[in-house]
Amino acid sequence: MDKVWVMVRKEWAEVFKNRFVFFSVAFMPLLFIAIPLGVLYSMRGASPEQALGLSEIPPEFMALCGDLAGADCAQFFLVSQFLMLFLLMPVIIPVTIASYSIVGEKRTRTLEPLLAAPISTLQLLAGKALGAALPAVFVTWGAYIVFVIGAVWITGSSVIAAQLLKPLWLLAIAVVGPLLSVAAVSLAVMVSSRVNDPRVAEQISALVMLPVLGLFMGQTFGLIQVDQSVVVWLALVLVLVDAALLTLAIQLFQRETILTRWK
Amino acid sequence: MTEHAIVVENLTKRFGKGEQAVLAVDNLSLQVRAGEVFGLLGPNGAGKTTTIRMLSALIAPTSGRAVVAGHEIGKEDMDVRRKVGILTETPGMYDQLSAERNLAFFAALYDVADIPGQVEKYLRMLGLWARRGDEVGEFSKGMRQKLAIARALLHEPPVLYLDEPTSGLDPEAARLVREFIAELRQQGRTIIMCTHNLDEADRLCDRVGVFKARLLALDTPANLRGQLFGRMVVFHLAQAEPRLAEAVSGFDFVQKAELIDQKLVVTLDDPEAHNPAIIRRLVEAGAELRFVGEVRRSLEDVYLHLMDKEEGNHG
Ligand SMILES: Nc1ncnc2c1ncn2[C@@H]1O[C@H](COP(=O)(O)OP(=O)(O)O)[C@@H](O)[C@H]1O
Ligand SMILES: [Mg+2]
Repeated sequence: MDKVWVMVRKEWAEVFKNRFVFFSVAFMPLLFIAIPLGVLYSMRGASPEQALGLSEIPPEFMALCGDLAGADCAQFFLVSQFLMLFLLMPVIIPVTIASYSIVGEKRTRTLEPLLAAPISTLQLLAGKALGAALPAVFVTWGAYIVFVIGAVWITGSSVIAAQLLKPLWLLAIAVVGPLLSVAAVSLAVMVSSRVNDPRVAEQISALVMLPVLGLFMGQTFGLIQVDQSVVVWLALVLVLVDAALLTLAIQLFQRETILTRWK
Repeated sequence: MTEHAIVVENLTKRFGKGEQAVLAVDNLSLQVRAGEVFGLLGPNGAGKTTTIRMLSALIAPTSGRAVVAGHEIGKEDMDVRRKVGILTETPGMYDQLSAERNLAFFAALYDVADIPGQVEKYLRMLGLWARRGDEVGEFSKGMRQKLAIARALLHEPPVLYLDEPTSGLDPEAARLVREFIAELRQQGRTIIMCTHNLDEADRLCDRVGVFKARLLALDTPANLRGQLFGRMVVFHLAQAEPRLAEAVSGFDFVQKAELIDQKLVVTLDDPEAHNPAIIRRLVEAGAELRFVGEVRRSLEDVYLHLMDKEEGNHG
């Protein structure tokens, strides 16, 4: 465990010197908080239809609003859409970190001295994975907390806050986010082993975003309602996907494979 | 217990399968004594790096076994890695981190007890202390190489592998690295050094294995030279007369004496000891000597000779 932590600290010291990585970890969350808060701010006091620019809120969603009516329901609808942003963060951040870290390791030719050291490949992989996933998880949680506080402050109502603190959100932020990060890291490890440009690795690995985007597109078009049971299912599926991806990544992360095939 | 730091038995590495299989290392057997500097000399693609990688438990041999510092590769890989320091062929460093941070990271991976102490010791020893805070990305090739050597030594490994330690360095940097290796030799570390630089092997190694997938010869540099050729002294004469060659052939320390144009070429073992006697006899025989010189057979000749033979064997 000690050595995993040694690895993680090295990862952070190195990778955050890269301005792309630093940008995606530091500024993207700020942007992802600013956008929804800005929208909430601009629609204060507007009628729901005006606010949304939609002819109507999807009826399924109306049902979800329960005792919320009018503007509150519209706000709630928007806020639910914002959940997507908080599920994209745990994907984009680790993909960026892991891509730069692994491709960087190939570029600087540090893989061989690293593998010559008395550290197991599992410790190495764990170091790389945690180095990429932990910042994503913490940043997402931090951003979520700031967002909740900001939303309450802007709307001046505790109704929205109550919605944001529902199990749906908590589950998504606390469980689905980290699970997405693990999937993103595993994929980034595999992709990075095959390509020599961190941006390419990043873009390919960012495909993990597609299911998340799809889900919320579906909600926009009223095809699906991202409610608590959807999030629970998502978490369960992700557990399986993570297990499969991690197994593959571990298989790929063998000394001889890395040395002789990662070019 | 043996006094051998490294024992290699029938070590073989084949890359790939079927038609395209490459036999990188073929049935290599050798022993390296504790404290010895052993040179692995061979052309590019000879399998030197592959051998080093197997002996550092980085890649698995196809067959054969090896024991390094008392631990068998393939069975006690973690122990092997702990006992071994390696200067890899392409010594990578984290460019964005300082020299000090790079070393501290690796020291931690090797469970070095006094990390700042060891890092300082080797940074000073290799003349990099003043630049410790600078990002390695700004370092010259020679400085990086020195830093990589420092990294290989941080955990005070009893066995050290140096894979082409001076290749790609400018002459000045190469000289510094060679001097440092000579110092390490004094400290009694067991070193395997890969090189295709014959002069380097000649100067730094106790024994040299000439290697091209298979071991072609193995001995001290001096013996390798002597065994294959003896040493040759050339006497430039005013007139070449066959009887002069005959006169010299009479000595029992002379292996061969032949006239080539105006020159008498004599092959013998110890020219320093025997040249005066030869010169005396030539003068007594009426020869007029214009010039005496040695035909230096370098390790290079030995090497080229062996490689030629190897080519011949394989068509
Ligand atoms: N990972 C690999 N896959 C296939 N062939 C390899 C691999 N590594 C080395 N080889 C081959 O093995 C031979 C020996 O290579 P190497 O050990 O690097 O030689 P040297 O270090 O003496 O230059 C070469 O023919 C090389 O092409
Ligand atoms: Mg090599």
